[in-house]
Amino acid sequence: MARITLDNLAHSYLPNPKGEEDFALKQLDHVWNDGEAYALLGASGCGKSTLLNIISGLLVPSRGRVLFGDRDVTRADTVERNIAQVFQFPVVYDTMTVGDNLAFPLRNRGMDAGFVAAQVQKIARMIGMEDVLHRKARGLTADAKQKISLGRGMVREDVNAILFDEPLTVIDPHMKWELRTQLKALHNEFGHTMIYVTHDQTEALTFADKVVVMHDGRVVQLGTPEDLFDTPEHTFVGYFIGSPGMNLLDAEVSGHMAHVAGHAVALGGSYKALTGRVQIGVRPEFVTLAEGDEGLPVTIRRIEDVGRHQILRADFAGTPINAILPEGARVPAGANRLKFQPERINVYADDWRVAPLRSVATPQKEAV
Amino acid sequence: MDKVQNNKAWFLVLPVLVLVAFSAVIPLMTVVNYAVQDTFGNNVFFWHGLGWFEDVLTDSRVHGALGRQLMFSGIILAIQIPLGIAIALCMPKRGFWASVCLVLMALPLLIPWNVVGTIWQILGRTDIGLLGYVLSGLGIEWNYARNAVHAWVIVVVMDVWHWTSLVALLAYAGLQSIPQAYYQAAKIDQASRWKVFRYIELPKMQGVLLIAVLLRFMDSFMIYTEPFVVTGGGPGSATSFLSIDLVKMALGQFDLGPAAAFSLMYFLVILLVSWVFYTVMTNLDKQEGK
Repeated sequence: MARITLDNLAHSYLPNPKGEEDFALKQLDHVWNDGEAYALLGASGCGKSTLLNIISGLLVPSRGRVLFGDRDVTRADTVERNIAQVFQFPVVYDTMTVGDNLAFPLRNRGMDAGFVAAQVQKIARMIGMEDVLHRKARGLTADAKQKISLGRGMVREDVNAILFDEPLTVIDPHMKWELRTQLKALHNEFGHTMIYVTHDQTEALTFADKVVVMHDGRVVQLGTPEDLFDTPEHTFVGYFIGSPGMNLLDAEVSGHMAHVAGHAVALGGSYKALTGRVQIGVRPEFVTLAEGDEGLPVTIRRIEDVGRHQILRADFAGTPINAILPEGARVPAGANRLKFQPERINVYADDWRVAPLRSVATPQKEAV
Repeated sequence: MDKVQNNKAWFLVLPVLVLVAFSAVIPLMTVVNYAVQDTFGNNVFFWHGLGWFEDVLTDSRVHGALGRQLMFSGIILAIQIPLGIAIALCMPKRGFWASVCLVLMALPLLIPWNVVGTIWQILGRTDIGLLGYVLSGLGIEWNYARNAVHAWVIVVVMDVWHWTSLVALLAYAGLQSIPQAYYQAAKIDQASRWKVFRYIELPKMQGVLLIAVLLRFMDSFMIYTEPFVVTGGGPGSATSFLSIDLVKMALGQFDLGPAAAFSLMYFLVILLVSWVFYTVMTNLDKQEGK
């Protein structure tokens, strides 16, 4: 096991990348601490799988280095890196039995038969397939096959890291939860470094200690689930995480106040003069109905009851604003104003968060 | 509303019935008709029962042709299937050279049978053919018109040249359909090249390979034109395969009765083999559930 360092990494699938936009993975420096469980979250096509394949050695990056501990493995192959990886779609060896499938990575490494048998039993118990060990893998259902793939990923104990590339896409929801729990248990038991790629925020937030959010080939934020919720470093994190995502409004910010389409909004801190596209962002959880002259005038479009709470969809000067109201809250007829909790408002300049003055300044972009 | 019963609709099926009758049923029945009758000419036929079938079944000439036929099909399958797979494995997966390879591979398939025969007939000659000239230049007494082994060699090599492409293209299509993730997973699992072939590529190609075997078996079992052009079935009857023998019997000797009985059994053998293949293939599909 080892710490994994990505040093100045960048990758393009083109042989001669010209500009920034030719890179599937933009320049990236990152350290994956030994033994932590990470989720790599982002929309489809943002470079998550590229990054994963570079770490596992299936892909050689166009630029930069990959270090395991202090060793440069940029050009080392998968075998040398000793990494396990589980793919999005089930990969099983059809003509082998379930047991042989699980034993395959161990036998290829010349482990002794007794150890292989014990290990296969253990993993089979974990994925709930003890009774089908002697059955041919051909013809099993997609989620059974994916469980075998997961099992093959976990069967080796000495791996440097286990990488999961959206492994639960084809598994049904109830089983998803169970397997994720198993993965966490495995992580707690062996302390492998785990990197779990997903586009599902619930999956990411429940699985990982730390979540890495990627957007457009770039890591935009690394943090705990709370960090991502409270202080999204990038507008993408704001609206990608949360349901519905963060409300973003174009604004002019001066000192303690923001002006949104001529209306003043109080902020939780004081800001220096900003240039570029300035926006304020507030999560729907911190938007409430207002009375009298308070808040912003809006047109309420509809209210959706989603069980534990209600989502109010409104429109402010052409920009949608969502608010989350408690279950059973009544919206009075004629209600047409919404207000934001000032200390929950984040300010963004050109999509990156600006920290208020006089608080512990975390300069933008370096949070990555 | 009541369902309208109109039996006139049956007339709409008539064109198909007529077409199938004239293209398949009537010719086949004519053959059946010949197979159970005998004639001394003048279009006078009399009943002969299963006599011709008995004759054909006990005819050592037919036995010889059948033996040669099975050997020929066996040999070309044993060469073409592994060779085709090997070629498919060596072909580039994508890019300019993949297209070049595909076109080159398809070329032999586009050449008509009799032209293939003529090409090899000339190629194998020692006086004007490159192959024959080189072989005799190497000191080999090459003569496919007199030496039975040489005749077999040239017929087999010709068939391999003509049809291995088909197996290779089918296998190539099978290989192309394997998702990249399988190879990646195999790398992660540290599988050797042989294991990748044995546990990923071969099982994934199984379906197309069965089709390749079936096609090649049927085609080789019915082969006529190419050996006829190259060796004419000789020397002696060394390369007289079933269809060559059949044509000799039917048109050369005009033994309509035995030839008809012969061709019916020939037809049944092919039908039987195809059925066996079909059953094996569908059973393999079913096994997926076991």
